[in-house]
Amino acid sequence: MFLIPNAVVRFFHRMASPPHFYAFTDKVMPWLIIIFVLLTGFGLYGGLYLAPADYQQGDSYRIIYIHVPSAWMSLFIYMVMAISGAIGLVWRIKLAEIVAISSAPIGASFTFIALFTGSLWGKPMWGTWWVWDARLTSELILLFLYLGVIGLYGAIDDKRVASKAVAILALVGVVNIPIIHYSVEWWNTLHQGPTVTKMDKPSIHVSMLIPLLLMALSFKVYYLIALIQRIRIELLQRERNAQWVKAKVLEQV
Amino acid sequence: MKPARKQRLILIALMVIGASIATAFALKSFNDNLMYFFSTTDVVAGKAPKTALFRLGGMVIKGSVERPGDGMMVRFKLTDFSKEVTVEYTGILPDLFREGQGIVAHGKLNEQGVFIAEEVLAKHDENYMPPEVKASLKNQTTSGTNK
Repeated sequence: MFLIPNAVVRFFHRMASPPHFYAFTDKVMPWLIIIFVLLTGFGLYGGLYLAPADYQQGDSYRIIYIHVPSAWMSLFIYMVMAISGAIGLVWRIKLAEIVAISSAPIGASFTFIALFTGSLWGKPMWGTWWVWDARLTSELILLFLYLGVIGLYGAIDDKRVASKAVAILALVGVVNIPIIHYSVEWWNTLHQGPTVTKMDKPSIHVSMLIPLLLMALSFKVYYLIALIQRIRIELLQRERNAQWVKAKVLEQV
Repeated sequence: MKPARKQRLILIALMVIGASIATAFALKSFNDNLMYFFSTTDVVAGKAPKTALFRLGGMVIKGSVERPGDGMMVRFKLTDFSKEVTVEYTGILPDLFREGQGIVAHGKLNEQGVFIAEEVLAKHDENYMPPEVKASLKNQTTSGTNK
């Protein structure tokens, strides 16, 4: 708390209060959508049109502009979910609990997209849709972890209790994250090693790398948009008896 | 920080650490089973199963691919840059199969120590570049060896 400027601390304190969060996100949402559309537009144009074909895979490699950002997001969102779950457990902040559970369906979708696009690419390139190597199997376990979180939350009626249970499940599942990332280095796998996220220089030509990074950013912004929308709905449901929600509804009518 | 919160934070940290240690031990004991394929050195050293099916991974040696019959049978040598194993396969090879490419074959050894593959998968590498860059890289290395 000593190193963080007061303004930042105040910002987070305000954000943790549902009415402030609701009002603030109302204002930033249009900007986020503009940024998302621009990033996606430039990313796809660069990746599908400007970037050259690969020396070995030809045009099939272009699936990385969807596959790789989705796979990154599947890990990133899991970490957000686990950390906000832990904050919810320790500090009992309602908004942190909601961030955790609202992230789960988005993360599950990205995991599914990563598995599905990888499979489509695997058939022509590897010669098979699916293999049980360490990378593919650990990513599939990640999908099951997400589904487990969603299922557990749905199974418990008291949503504050449900949030605690879900946070513990998510935190135990965190061990899977380094396993997914390092699986291609620790074991022999059919999946190739890391291209961008390694200490060395990325082994991808810069003309292909820039669209990839744009797409990665665009997916991050998309996550933010989807997360905020889900949080807003969840907040309204949980706080339906609160004064500020009543005021909001009356305002709308 | 309030004592109750501190306690909860410590509990959570212990839980995550405990789960990590348990997983690390489990993975360590199953390490061999998590390997998707055996290397050619493993096969030459006799570590691979003699009679059962297993997967063999390695790089196709340049100039080793031949088609001895007039059928679909292909014979090539695989290497991990230390030991070599001869592989025979009858069937359609994946698009990425070529000399100098990493592959994973599923099959078993015959009495002569030749690996009879039932399935061949291409293992793609992590390098992405346009064909022109690849060509210029090739020129650099060949002119380098000519000197």
